[in-house]
Amino acid sequence: MRNVFVYCELEDNIIADVSLELLTKGKSLASQLNCKLEAIVIGSNLNEIDKQIYKYGVDKVHLADDKRLYPYLTLPHTSIVTKILNDNNPQIVLFGATSIGRDIAPRVASSLRCGLTADCTSLVIGDHYVKKDEKEYKNLLYQIRPAFGGNIIATIINPDMHPQMATVREGVMKMEVFNETYKGEIKQINVADYVSDTDFVLEIIERHIEKSKINIKGASIIIAGGYGVGSKENFKVLYELANILGAEVGGSRAAVDAGFIEHERQIGQTGTTVRPKLYIACGISGAVQHRVGMEESAMIVSINTDKNAPINSIADYNIHGNVAEVLPKLIHFYKKNSK
Amino acid sequence: MNGFKIVVLAKQVPDTRNVGKDAMKEDGTVNRAVLPAIFNPEDLNALELALQVKDKYPESVITVLTMGPPRAAEIIREGLYRGANNGILITDRKFAGSDTLATSYAISQAIKKIKDYDLIFAGRQAIDGDTAQVGPQVAEKLKIPQITYAEELKEINKDKIIIKRRLERGVETVSCQMPVLITVHSSADDCRPRHAKFLMKYKHARTNSELEENNELKDLINNREYLKITEWNVVDIEADITYLGLSGSPTKVKNIENIVLQSKEAKNLESTDQDLESFIIELIENHTIG
Ligand SMILES: Cc1cc2nc3c(=O)[nH]c(=O)nc-3n(C[C@H](O)[C@H](O)[C@H](O)COP(=O)(O)OP(=O)(O)OC[C@H]3O[C@@H](n4cnc5c(N)ncnc54)[C@H](O)[C@@H]3O)c2cc1C
Ligand SMILES: Nc1ncnc2c1ncn2[C@@H]1O[C@H](COP(=O)(O)O)[C@@H](O)[C@H]1O
Repeated sequence: MRNVFVYCELEDNIIADVSLELLTKGKSLASQLNCKLEAIVIGSNLNEIDKQIYKYGVDKVHLADDKRLYPYLTLPHTSIVTKILNDNNPQIVLFGATSIGRDIAPRVASSLRCGLTADCTSLVIGDHYVKKDEKEYKNLLYQIRPAFGGNIIATIINPDMHPQMATVREGVMKMEVFNETYKGEIKQINVADYVSDTDFVLEIIERHIEKSKINIKGASIIIAGGYGVGSKENFKVLYELANILGAEVGGSRAAVDAGFIEHERQIGQTGTTVRPKLYIACGISGAVQHRVGMEESAMIVSINTDKNAPINSIADYNIHGNVAEVLPKLIHFYKKNSK
Repeated sequence: MNGFKIVVLAKQVPDTRNVGKDAMKEDGTVNRAVLPAIFNPEDLNALELALQVKDKYPESVITVLTMGPPRAAEIIREGLYRGANNGILITDRKFAGSDTLATSYAISQAIKKIKDYDLIFAGRQAIDGDTAQVGPQVAEKLKIPQITYAEELKEINKDKIIIKRRLERGVETVSCQMPVLITVHSSADDCRPRHAKFLMKYKHARTNSELEENNELKDLINNREYLKITEWNVVDIEADITYLGLSGSPTKVKNIENIVLQSKEAKNLESTDQDLESFIIELIENHTIG
């Protein structure tokens, strides 16, 4: 049987959320394909780690446990994953579209000479017919993703060269326990057979948490707040929505002057000019100095208590209401409908 | 040794960022006319890190390598104007339709032909596909280590390079021997601007195909070796054509759906659950979010 595999990421011996989401998706694909779900877990001191994931419906855990394997290093993890996949010949392999997943997956795909579709937003099983050769492919993985800066949605397939591999961002798939008492088996790997000393040429000198620079110009979605948001405290919900949508938070000058938000995030004539795919203006009146910095956005949404706020004349959607009430509801409905 | 041999991988891409209201045509197709061809942004960050190595070791030699249609020679000139020493364009109709695996195969064949290199810098990802695969795949094909998402060059000497990486939740500093392939993140230093001296020196640099189109510069270039931009095809890089183009690409595009933007007429909503939920569903369905 050719199974579905998920590469699981670890953070201090806790399986990352993105991996649990992929296991949930992997389980539903496996059920549909009538095959098993297998997980690959690589790290150090992994006692009982399997217990964290069985309940997501994992039938088999390939475990590589060695003190040199955490934190993640490209070469040893690639060697292990490549050999496991070669030995087991899966039909589908899923990775998180994370710093780690996007580092390892292409390298593995290159050594297996198979395809890899990055940042899928949807994975579906489907058939494919090639007219020219009168050839029918059953049960392929449709890997659906935005491309061209989000202006098109492409469905990618790998008809001939398997496994079919894809990466998916955190939060895109739903995380759901399959069965609390489900139990799979462990296959412990003898690490020495999978890695060589030359896989350890790279040395990690230091790791720490550090905030990245603000980059509102590069954001494809911006949640902007104005004076109408009311306080710095009230801006938290803008960050929450931004986090969920992979967006950045911006502000009007009045919001910056009031100290609700830092100056680097100011949008407008004396701030940054942006042209995102989606601009959500929360409690912003839309003075001309603000508008010149955002009116080229592909879609503008205004949330304002004043139906006649000037910004509404350039918006595609006007939501008449209080930011503090509307945003939590948008978050709630997004979570409810996005999966 | 007083310098390093450096290859910078740079791609010419349509400018898909900052798409405004005019990015899509009425019929829902991409309006390519308003998307000019540019130097992939993170490849400029990659070039900058290479130039910083050269600042420290001025005898270093930087080669800009690009794969694309003949007009991608423009990217090489942009690199020369900023301080690169030379460039190679790999171009051949047989490359058409290559996915990342086939692209990285062709690029790795070209690098094998270059043979002598210490460092390869690539951008983290190209904005036309945002795949971030070509860098790691080239490294795998050359059997060398990789350092992804570089933000800062901390140190370099003949034995090792030390790089600060930008990860989702923090940073990591790593040290590695050479040769190594490094992909560079947009948070690294912006690329320095064109330099007037280099602009004057290289503005007539051309590939052979460009000279065939317009041979006015032929005599000039034949007298000045440095104005010749190397051009390689499939045969030059000794590539197996079954690994290239559509046949060498495991991924196939089954279907493409263009995103049709909403009509410009505003919709007015109240803050009721019903209005807000249908609004969110609309945005998810037309792929604005999610
Ligand atoms: C030379 C110059 C340069 C400038 N440059 C810039 C610039 O770069 N960027 C910039 O933004 N401004 C700039 N300005 C300032 C600009 O003129 C406006 O003063 C500013 O944009 C107003 O910010 P605002 O919309 O947040 O605040 P306000 O105009 O006070 O609007 C607040 C809005 O919030 C709404 N509201 C109130 N409470 C709520 C609630 N609970 N829920 C929902 N909505 C609510 C109100 O109805 C109102 O529409 C500049 C001005 C000058 C003179
Ligand atoms: N056709 C190409 N020519 C030169 N470099 C490329 C090409 N395609 C990709 N690259 C390099 O690989 C990086 C990642 O590209 P991608 O995998 O397409 O996101 C880019 O930033 C470039 O440095």
